[in-house]
Amino acid sequence: MAAVDDLKFREFDDAAHLLAANPDATTISIDEPAEAHKNQHSRRQEPGREEDDELLGTDDSDKTELLAGQKKSAPFWTFEYYQTFFDVDTYQVLDRIKGSVFPVPGRNFVRLYVRSNPDLYGPFWICATLVFAIAVSGNLSNFFIHLGRPTYRYVPEFRKVSIAATTIYAYAWLVPLALWGFLMWRNSKVMNIVSYSFLEIVCVYGYSLFVYIPTAILWIIPQKVVRWVLMIFSLCLSGSVLVMTFWPAVRDDNRRIALATVGTIVLLHALLSVGCLAYFFDAPEVDFPAPIIPAHNGTTLITKVK
Amino acid sequence: MYPKKSSTLLRDWDLWGPLVLCVSLALMLQGGSADSKEDGGPQFAEVFVIIWFGAVVITLNSKLLGGTISFFQSLCVLGYCVLPLTVAMLVCRLVLLAGSGTVSFIIRLIVVIAMFAWSTLASTAFLADSQPPHRKALVVYPIFLFYFVISWMILTFTPQ
Repeated sequence: MAAVDDLKFREFDDAAHLLAANPDATTISIDEPAEAHKNQHSRRQEPGREEDDELLGTDDSDKTELLAGQKKSAPFWTFEYYQTFFDVDTYQVLDRIKGSVFPVPGRNFVRLYVRSNPDLYGPFWICATLVFAIAVSGNLSNFFIHLGRPTYRYVPEFRKVSIAATTIYAYAWLVPLALWGFLMWRNSKVMNIVSYSFLEIVCVYGYSLFVYIPTAILWIIPQKVVRWVLMIFSLCLSGSVLVMTFWPAVRDDNRRIALATVGTIVLLHALLSVGCLAYFFDAPEVDFPAPIIPAHNGTTLITKVK
Repeated sequence: MYPKKSSTLLRDWDLWGPLVLCVSLALMLQGGSADSKEDGGPQFAEVFVIIWFGAVVITLNSKLLGGTISFFQSLCVLGYCVLPLTVAMLVCRLVLLAGSGTVSFIIRLIVVIAMFAWSTLASTAFLADSQPPHRKALVVYPIFLFYFVISWMILTFTPQ
């Protein structure tokens, strides 16, 4: 009787009452300085074990998974349900961003940062910032490239903002949906140890796009070599975050399917960055004699260079 | 407008002021590149949609993060804080009447940056207080982005 009651989620009674009901239960108390001190003390005693647990992420994630399973209990048509996806503090968002920019080999982004608490704040606002960063930087770079040419008239190219928005948001939401569906399907055939929820995949994709924001700003520099180096560099960084996240999820599967999945992820990511570079940023270092009217459409210039 | 307003004024929200400001800003931004070229400046509808949709999204964001401000109060504040940028737009149009060289660009740049800072600080002063302490930066950043986009539209405005 006590066991069944304990499995049900209920409001937090005071610890004494719960302990009286089931003396063997583990109680996790937050905001108790004595408890925190004890935890710190035990951490210091076994640093080796802590490291292993951190790498595997099993110790914390077990406890937090219990809590996470009980968190989203509001029905989906209430406001509180969506509030659970924004339950992050500033330092958490900053940590996740740092984790996406400096991927450490062997450390899984989801396991380390997101496991208990996927949020929608990061993906949404990173995508929004990226949209505007690309549009503004593209506009600026075109302005500087064509500066001084007598027949060039500056236009703000506002249409491109909506195109950028559609592309980036579609990528950040539809590709995770497809990937999640694919992983679910493979899970039903092959029992994988690691499986991600849809929100966690969206989270990883959203945060992995962060490194493109400074890249887009640096793409203003009108040197072809610089732009390609930047693109490859950022592709490696964000691609590695994605690969390290999804490799454990597919490696138990058939070898070829696993490689194909990871390859597709990287390929789509590369297509996004190459497409953005080609569409929003005109080709630099193009020498036209004065009478030629420069085209506003970037592709015409690119074909002429090639 | 001035960050020293008391919270009682916040309760008496109205959307007429923001509507008037939004319409006038969109009208002033309309004149640029009115010929039907593909890559022009923002159209009236685009500016209108960006301002209202942006304000709604920021309000939703602050409420989802646990803010205690009501939906329309927040819309009201964000709308009224567009006033400095509307003033900047007016100044820019006047400066552009005088000429569109480098000097005019520098003047416009300074004016727009000053007004952008004023807008952001004013709305932050109102909205950041209603947030839990660890999330203030998370709420302020979208406001910064919102006014940055509007400032960009103002700065890149080129008359026909």
